[in-house]
Amino acid sequence: MSEMAAHGAHEAHAHPPGFAHQFEDVAQQKEAGTLGMWAFLVTEILFFGGMFTAYIIYRSLHLAGFITGSHLLEVKFGAINTAVLICSSLTMALAIRSAQTGKGRGQIIWWLVLTMILGAMFLGFKFTFEWRHDYLEHIVPGAYFGFENRPEWGANAPYVQMFMCFYFFMTGLHAIHMIVGLGILTVLVVMTARNKFSSEYYNPLEISGLYWHFVDIVWIFLFPLLYLIGGLYKR
Amino acid sequence: MALMSEHTGHTGHVVPVSTYVLVFLALMVGTALTTGVAYIDLGRWNTVVALTIAVTKMLLVVLFFMHVKYATGLTRIVILAGFFWLGIMITLSLSDELTRGWEINPASWGGIIPFLLHIF
Repeated sequence: MSEMAAHGAHEAHAHPPGFAHQFEDVAQQKEAGTLGMWAFLVTEILFFGGMFTAYIIYRSLHLAGFITGSHLLEVKFGAINTAVLICSSLTMALAIRSAQTGKGRGQIIWWLVLTMILGAMFLGFKFTFEWRHDYLEHIVPGAYFGFENRPEWGANAPYVQMFMCFYFFMTGLHAIHMIVGLGILTVLVVMTARNKFSSEYYNPLEISGLYWHFVDIVWIFLFPLLYLIGGLYKR
Repeated sequence: MALMSEHTGHTGHVVPVSTYVLVFLALMVGTALTTGVAYIDLGRWNTVVALTIAVTKMLLVVLFFMHVKYATGLTRIVILAGFFWLGIMITLSLSDELTRGWEINPASWGGIIPFLLHIF
């Protein structure tokens, strides 16, 4: 009975939509969500970290092949896509800010859709220009990797191919994360349109933003490691 | 930090738009800078400069876009633990590689690895 009474008293308070009753208040709920998302992102750091560790080790063993491989990539695609992703991080942050400051759902959706367009641009550049270029240049690892047309590679050729494997697995894994991110953003647009968020409750926006920015950070490291540190002045 | 909501009337710190724009501009300048530096021969320092700029850009995104500057101590410890474990993975993997007598190119990673070998 006393539980029922307590519950009834609880109901009397005005709670924002989305507030879960196991939490003391919305601030505690937000912290729990943020902490949980970061726990997931820590596993993501170690997931990508495995590839970065392998890249550090194999680059130190086969530097010449990795530098030759790095010079095969088109820097303009990498640089443009870095800028596009940074723009998308800004629009994502502004979407969350719109929710925080109690702006209408129209404004939140505008920033979310802009973020999706920029994310789609990143993937569009990558698939239709960059990877197509790699395919035509015969630098995709496999049976048609262009050994015979590149006598200057000599004994380094297997390690050039190893670099290209790292390049496709690392940027491919990143691209999969981008596609998942676009799916998450679609859900957020629908939730916003259904008026699920307010200045007091916007946890799904906040933690999805953490994911989106994390994927941006992975690219911030992939860009110099794959495209730049081979030294473009040598090309 | 958790009490901040009582002062602002919102849950969580509202970062001014000007801060976001400044961080965005710094990230764009960093991208242009790191690309430009790759065309200049700085010897071993090319790698060091590229990684320093990347880490700086990461810190800007983490602190401001991901609101870690305004996060609670608990969240910060979890994040630091993540990077600490990444450090363990890289360090122990390297300690294996470096003690097998494999031919490691001293010019790779801006000479950081031979430098580590020299210390230990």
